[in-house]
Amino acid sequence: MKQEQPLIFELSRPGRVAYSLPACDVPAVPVSELIPQSMLRERPADLPELYEVDVIRHYTALSRRNFGIDNGFYPLGSCTMKYNPKINEDAARFAGFAKIHPYQPEESVQGALELLYRLQKDLAALTGMDQVTLQPAAGAHGEWTGLMMIRAYHEKRGEKRTKVIVPDSSHGTNPASAAVAGFETITIKSNDKGLVDLAALRAAVGDDTAALMLTNPNTLGLFEEQIEEIAGIVHAAGGLLYYDGANSNAIMGIARPGDMGFDVVHLNLHKTMSTPHGGGGPGAGPVGVKSKLVPFLPGPLVKKTADDVYYLDAGGEDSIGRVKAFYGNFGILVRAYTYIRSLGPELLRRVSECAVLNANYMRKRLEPYYETPYPGICKHEFVLSGKGLKKYGVRTLDVAKRLLDFGYHPPTIYFPLNVEECIMIEPTETESKETLDAFIETMILIAQEAEREPDLLLNAPHTTVVGRLDEAQAARKPVLNCSCS
Amino acid sequence: MKHRYLPMTEQDQAEMMKVIGIRSLDELFADIPDSVRYKGTLPMSEALDEAALFKHLKQLADRNTDFDKAVCFLGAGIYDHHVPVVINHILSRSEFYTAYTPYQPEISQGELQAIFEFQSYICELTGLKVANASMYDGATALAEAGALASGHTKRKRIVVSRTVHPEARAVLRTTARGLNLEIVEAGYANGTTDLEQLAASVTDQTAAVIVQSPNFFGCIEDLRAIEAIAHRHQGLLIVSTNPLALGLLESPGRLGADIAVGDAQPLGIPASFGGPTCGFFAVTEALMRKIPGRIVGQTVDRNGKRGFVLTLQAREQHIRREKATSNICSNQALLALCASVYLSVMGKSGMIEVAQLNVQKAHYTAGLFKRSGRMSLPFTAPFFNEFVVRLPDDAEAGEVNRRLLTEGFLGGYDLGLAYPELKGHMLVAVTERRTKEEIDRFVERLEAGLA
Repeated sequence: MKQEQPLIFELSRPGRVAYSLPACDVPAVPVSELIPQSMLRERPADLPELYEVDVIRHYTALSRRNFGIDNGFYPLGSCTMKYNPKINEDAARFAGFAKIHPYQPEESVQGALELLYRLQKDLAALTGMDQVTLQPAAGAHGEWTGLMMIRAYHEKRGEKRTKVIVPDSSHGTNPASAAVAGFETITIKSNDKGLVDLAALRAAVGDDTAALMLTNPNTLGLFEEQIEEIAGIVHAAGGLLYYDGANSNAIMGIARPGDMGFDVVHLNLHKTMSTPHGGGGPGAGPVGVKSKLVPFLPGPLVKKTADDVYYLDAGGEDSIGRVKAFYGNFGILVRAYTYIRSLGPELLRRVSECAVLNANYMRKRLEPYYETPYPGICKHEFVLSGKGLKKYGVRTLDVAKRLLDFGYHPPTIYFPLNVEECIMIEPTETESKETLDAFIETMILIAQEAEREPDLLLNAPHTTVVGRLDEAQAARKPVLNCSCS
Repeated sequence: MKHRYLPMTEQDQAEMMKVIGIRSLDELFADIPDSVRYKGTLPMSEALDEAALFKHLKQLADRNTDFDKAVCFLGAGIYDHHVPVVINHILSRSEFYTAYTPYQPEISQGELQAIFEFQSYICELTGLKVANASMYDGATALAEAGALASGHTKRKRIVVSRTVHPEARAVLRTTARGLNLEIVEAGYANGTTDLEQLAASVTDQTAAVIVQSPNFFGCIEDLRAIEAIAHRHQGLLIVSTNPLALGLLESPGRLGADIAVGDAQPLGIPASFGGPTCGFFAVTEALMRKIPGRIVGQTVDRNGKRGFVLTLQAREQHIRREKATSNICSNQALLALCASVYLSVMGKSGMIEVAQLNVQKAHYTAGLFKRSGRMSLPFTAPFFNEFVVRLPDDAEAGEVNRRLLTEGFLGGYDLGLAYPELKGHMLVAVTERRTKEEIDRFVERLEAGLA
């Protein structure tokens, strides 16, 4: 395992094939008679020549150099790395879902449209919203979609509102999405309890406020207790409230953004709804809105006639238009619907209870060993600070790297930005108490190692296929492809 | 409340509550004001046991006419190509599909190397030096390319050909509203971009010219001529392309494109009702630090051993926040892996062969239409695996397709939906999967169905 895995191009031997194509059963004409030579490749693409076993062994070797939830505990804060149920995978692979074309006649895809329709309804109920679009491909894509609707809403009312407010604990995508939607961002500081500072919010809002973007519970794992006052302040100024649903796993069936005063919500189905992260994607970021924003939804939506025929509705003249080709990441939506039907509303609530109980248990047990900048009850995740280890010459990064030696994926580190040497832990509900206990013991052991044998941490990881990598060199002298051409 | 995904036993719960120092779970939610607490049970779909759920999903799936039940001549951005059997086996390795973005490189070398190889493949196909780790789809990749061009040239006007996929142009328009860009469309003649109109649209205010080749009608654009027009006033040339066609067609990079984008769906990705697919995005070296999304770079570990990391992150939202080059975070990594496996399977000769098969079969089919008498081919420009058919005056494409469906065919895309002037025209795609027998019968049934 510690051997380097050659690049796939390095495995190539001229003359080998791994494909099987049909013979040409139509009368063949020289291609240059069909397409002018000047449009054809001067030389073939330099792709590797392999046989099937090469391909299988190469990717199997790569898979063994990778770590997923099925390999072990993955307490990555704000990412909700819960178990990815296998029935979801099977369902998405049914020919009736995987082998259908987006432009087929609607009568030939009624099952797919019904699934989307039901999912729209279920997600609307879960978030307390009036209508949901399943178009956005990811959380950030949902944020941008939501903000474009907010922009269209204000413009329709003849108001020029140019500013989006975000707390300093917000995800980086929030201000980035605001910029892409044409807004300026105002960042407000959190108060000493880690919550929105109402005075700062009051000072920031005005007749140029388009929206406040908020994650609730926030990225510190804390519920914004004053959410109703916050909503009141923003709405009184004429702004709207945007809910970043990254942390929805804490409150399913317990509280709904729609009831808290939010006007627009996105959910990350690849977090809350158990769809796999795929090594970075695909995800899905459906957006729900209150009725006043429904006319601005991107097209198309799935609707149903009185006699139960499902159809696609492109949307009216106020729609912000398309945000993606076709109908969203359908295969991911199938998985999310499957998950919802595996649990139902009562057990979805139980999911959140277990996720929150697990987080509080871990926080309580780790408190004596790591600084907890925000003590007290948390929701589904919590933050620790590694700053107490600095006196041993050890940083949070070193703790994370040492965790790799024990077979864990480390928590999120150095985020949120307003916590020094931050360690952000989200256990999720699908981990057993034994798993949590073993991880806690490891974290305690590492804290002790930091004091007694800091080099163990500073040189970690010791057991992985490569040691700590030189990221500075990668950025300074970028090597971004194998330059086989 | 037992469930197979939830390990919490009553005893676990009691022990944990004791450690925390609470007597009821409700205390954990005491910070949520009562006025916003949800009382009761959410009106959502009910839970089903595993067998019942499987059956329910199968029933929904079976109500769709999939490619095993009907012979597909639909393309228009999503194609029914053969998916090599090994792909699903590799994509089912849960070390890949249950992993997060590779933030911890030491335990993510597999994913990082796979993406590095994907980037290499995209560079090789497109003839450009730098590719990212994927975008949501071809349409959003195209819109992001427009945004990049505007930022790079500090110009606000983008000229896009009407032969670019209508949905990609729609996404571009939405994106343009956000960034206050002006979109100018250039028309077409004989199936390809009208070069005179294009030249007249390009000024010293033009950030980029965007074309697609093979374009939405299947026709291959004259990229050499378009390149000269696009660069006349120092704007960028953005080419959206079909990666499978690049087995045969000259790469956009060699023809002078600054940015090549497209959808990798033809490379082994299931049609899946249009998603998830995988956008790709490649640029010249000059634009390297402006590219959106994740990029993997090669480096060394502390012992000098080769390794891979996410790099050039100073462009990205989690570092730069509102000043990032894009807001993209999640991408389509698993489908990038899918495309990589496809290209590994096809290799050098397979990519040529599969592209040739598409060309041969599509041209054979076009020949049948040309000879049919009832139908004609309105465009004579060279094409790849798709072409436009004009139906007789009284025929309505949607109606023709509904009839074809009853005979086991998914007919071509009704062009009247996106191009009012092409009402009664159908876009027919023919991949390597179509046999001569299927093709002959399709043309025969289509013709027979015309009144």
